[in-house]
Amino acid sequence: MSERDGLPGDWELVVGLEVHVELATNTKMFSSSPNRFGDEPNTNIDPVTLGLPGALPVLNEQAVELAMRIGLALNCTIQPCTFHRKNYFYPDMPKAYQVSQYDQPLNIDGYLDLPNGVRVGIERAHMEEDAGKSTHIGGSGGRVHGADYSLLDLNRAGVPLVEIVSRPDIQTSDDARDYVNELRGILVAIGASDAKMEEGSLRVDANISVRQPGAPLGTRCEIKNVNSIRSLGRAIEYEARRQIDLLESGDKVRQETRHWDETDGRTHTLRVKEDADDYRYFLEPDLVPVVPSAEWIHRVREAMPPLPAQRREHLSVLTGQPANSEAVTSVVERGQDHYVLAVSHLGGDAARALVYVKEAFADLGAEPAVPALDIAGLTTLEVDGKVTATQAKAILAEIIANGGGDAAAIAAAKGFEALDTSALETVVDQVIAEQADAWAKFCAGDGKAMGAIVGAVMKATQGKADGKIVTALLNQKKG
Amino acid sequence: MGLADIVASVKSGAVKAADLTEVRLAAIAAREGDIHAFNHVMADEARASAAAVDEAVARGDDPGPLAGVTVALKDNMCTRGVPTTCSSKILEGWLPPYDGTVVAALKASGAVAVGKTNLDEFAMGSSTENSAFGPTRNPHDTNRVPGGSSGGSAAAVAAGFSDFSLGSDTGGSIRQPAALCGVVGVKPTYGYVSRYGLVAFASSLDQIGPFTNTVEDAALVLDVIGGHDPRDSTSIPQQHPSLVAALQQGVGGLRIGRITDLPEGADPDVQERLEAAFDTLKAQGATIVDVQVPAFSFGLTAYYLIAPAEASSNLARYDGVRYGMRVEATDTNAMYGATREAGFGDEVKRRIMLGTYALSAGYYDAYYGKALKVRRLIHDDFERAYQHADVLLTPTSPSVAFEFGSKGDNPLAMYLCDTYTIPTNLAGHPGMSVPFGTGAHGLPVGVQVLAGTLQEPVMFRVAAALERSLA
Repeated sequence: MSERDGLPGDWELVVGLEVHVELATNTKMFSSSPNRFGDEPNTNIDPVTLGLPGALPVLNEQAVELAMRIGLALNCTIQPCTFHRKNYFYPDMPKAYQVSQYDQPLNIDGYLDLPNGVRVGIERAHMEEDAGKSTHIGGSGGRVHGADYSLLDLNRAGVPLVEIVSRPDIQTSDDARDYVNELRGILVAIGASDAKMEEGSLRVDANISVRQPGAPLGTRCEIKNVNSIRSLGRAIEYEARRQIDLLESGDKVRQETRHWDETDGRTHTLRVKEDADDYRYFLEPDLVPVVPSAEWIHRVREAMPPLPAQRREHLSVLTGQPANSEAVTSVVERGQDHYVLAVSHLGGDAARALVYVKEAFADLGAEPAVPALDIAGLTTLEVDGKVTATQAKAILAEIIANGGGDAAAIAAAKGFEALDTSALETVVDQVIAEQADAWAKFCAGDGKAMGAIVGAVMKATQGKADGKIVTALLNQKKG
Repeated sequence: MGLADIVASVKSGAVKAADLTEVRLAAIAAREGDIHAFNHVMADEARASAAAVDEAVARGDDPGPLAGVTVALKDNMCTRGVPTTCSSKILEGWLPPYDGTVVAALKASGAVAVGKTNLDEFAMGSSTENSAFGPTRNPHDTNRVPGGSSGGSAAAVAAGFSDFSLGSDTGGSIRQPAALCGVVGVKPTYGYVSRYGLVAFASSLDQIGPFTNTVEDAALVLDVIGGHDPRDSTSIPQQHPSLVAALQQGVGGLRIGRITDLPEGADPDVQERLEAAFDTLKAQGATIVDVQVPAFSFGLTAYYLIAPAEASSNLARYDGVRYGMRVEATDTNAMYGATREAGFGDEVKRRIMLGTYALSAGYYDAYYGKALKVRRLIHDDFERAYQHADVLLTPTSPSVAFEFGSKGDNPLAMYLCDTYTIPTNLAGHPGMSVPFGTGAHGLPVGVQVLAGTLQEPVMFRVAAALERSLA
């Protein structure tokens, strides 16, 4: 649904998103412990991760380069930057402070263009370290409150993160979903993160407010615990209606952090602004500023793979399909645009290949185990009119099932002899003679009569005729 | 015997490291009860290290540049498997799983660690009276303090418990106890020595350095422990020239700066020794020049905002969750509170509160932010002074060693002990204290030699000249 149209009255939705991504580095942000998901708890640790007395952080250069890639992909300015300490007590934060960029982040002032053309501003994309993971046992709902005891896993503590903060430029829940989807595609494409929301390597917080057109920004609420793109849309829609209901009944929206509950489909107060921690930020004295040289930035830029938007454009030019068409976007999202390109390079028809891949390759991953040459052969067979679209689909299914196969041989085996035009014309003439009644109606301008004739031709040819060619012949004969 | 002589005789096989270690352990056994320099004596480890050195010599291997030399380590340096308490109850029983970089460097150099020395809790203090395990006594007069915070390390060298020791200096914690105990104490340029494994008090100010009997010994130790460490991002990424080599040069032609706007308050006996120091350097061919360091007098105030601010963050990790002391309570927050209430002493709590306040929203600009500006001014004023002078000379401490309890109830009087040492830490510059005769009650007086960034070689030349003049 489109929020702008769906919201009651004149209300406008204003959304800004904060996206945390875990970087796909080999080691942690400030130590040499492995950065790996799913290992035995508390095995990827060391004095720095544990925050032991005397341990000191050393910045991971790979983390900086991946953060720079994110900045470049989001059209940001990359600038000299520093790290601060954000002080707060929590058992899974071993130093009792998080090292994070504060007033001098690495990446600032960028933008992300959604496939539908909407441009969302990027305020900043800064580096910080992740906390460990707490598991609360007993009590209800896995929350710390009321739990009998808590378990700590510090494998995640110190994993490098980039927080990407959008400007409040998002006006519909569809655009919010598109934004996260597009961002995820970019992060995967540039190798910055595996960006899996279900594993927590991509986490989204939404700042939501509503206002009347032309009015200043309304009071916002920050929504946490949104664990899928679908939930993001639901949470935004729920929260917008909640705020509108408040305002329309004469109440005010209270600035607060709210928790999205997937089961009841509502947001609930987590903490109000007055209870916000004072993080006592100050410059981290154990680290030195990072000053990326023009040469370093250039080197990172040169090593960047093409972005999804560029790949969509490329595929669009190659196939003649619009860059924001479902076929182009879904094939690029699956990373199968390379495959379509390969089919094209092998002499196949790119437009047909795009259709095949879009329809039949959904489960085959970014590296389909089907020889592109066989697919190229099939496109040629169809484009040359040797088989119909329906027959091609059957052949394609067989090629995929067998992990390859010669399209012409399969067509022959299946008896998909294509009729040449003169043979087809003979059949058409026969049918016209048999169906004189229908033919007369068709010639008199009754379009519906055509169906009966085409159906009869198909029956007579056992489906080998190409419907388009039959239609063309009939129109030709009608004169 | 200087360190170089000890190393030479151990390497030649003339003297056994094991015997030298027994001599020191015997001295400790005889007098440690009176002095209390140590939180933990490492007799077994020391004997094992000494035996390893002797075996290396017997095999014909190089036993290292500090072979057989005994060292005492301030108890805020992490030693693998050996208690490291910072003289705080909150770390009682904690055994570090790793050696700090300097500790590892000393082990590799053949030095023999004999123990972990007492300090003011988390290095916060100037008398070692703030130790949770009782004060250290000055070997020159056991009714008096050894200074602090590295009081145990200074006393260990003065009492002959070890050939040298290491301390840490955040606002004078090496230089002031060195002066009060009559030994040499050096705070190098910030970043000269790795801080990896030094339990942090105020990270932007902390620096490790040696206590020794002679200037040459200090140069030898710094040549071993100095240099870049990839595990400390703030360590200076370069090799340092040998300080032992620099000692050969005299002070002829050097410009010795007298700070004309230095804060007053030094006792007359201390002032008298400073004048004598200027005189002897002049007699050895140096020129005395007047310089101003206007922001010097703001150092103390800025320090007592910056250091506690960093400390409030550095000490937040002692929460009872992962290591050290824990006082059980009904929930996590109550456990934090009870643990920290029982685990920290008054001075540590005072500084955590000061620092938390200075960083708080609404106060940051007026306190912490302003202190950072003053810090910059102090640095720039020093830099200007060093355009006219190669080194600056000041008293190290305003007075000789004072009696126990004389300042213990008055934090401000205690803070004034560091008036002359603190600005150097804020500037990141090196400074050292050299024993230069005695003052009231026949107690040692130290003269402080200050220099610009990485100007240790010239600082050591001047210190050596002062030392020679007493010989």
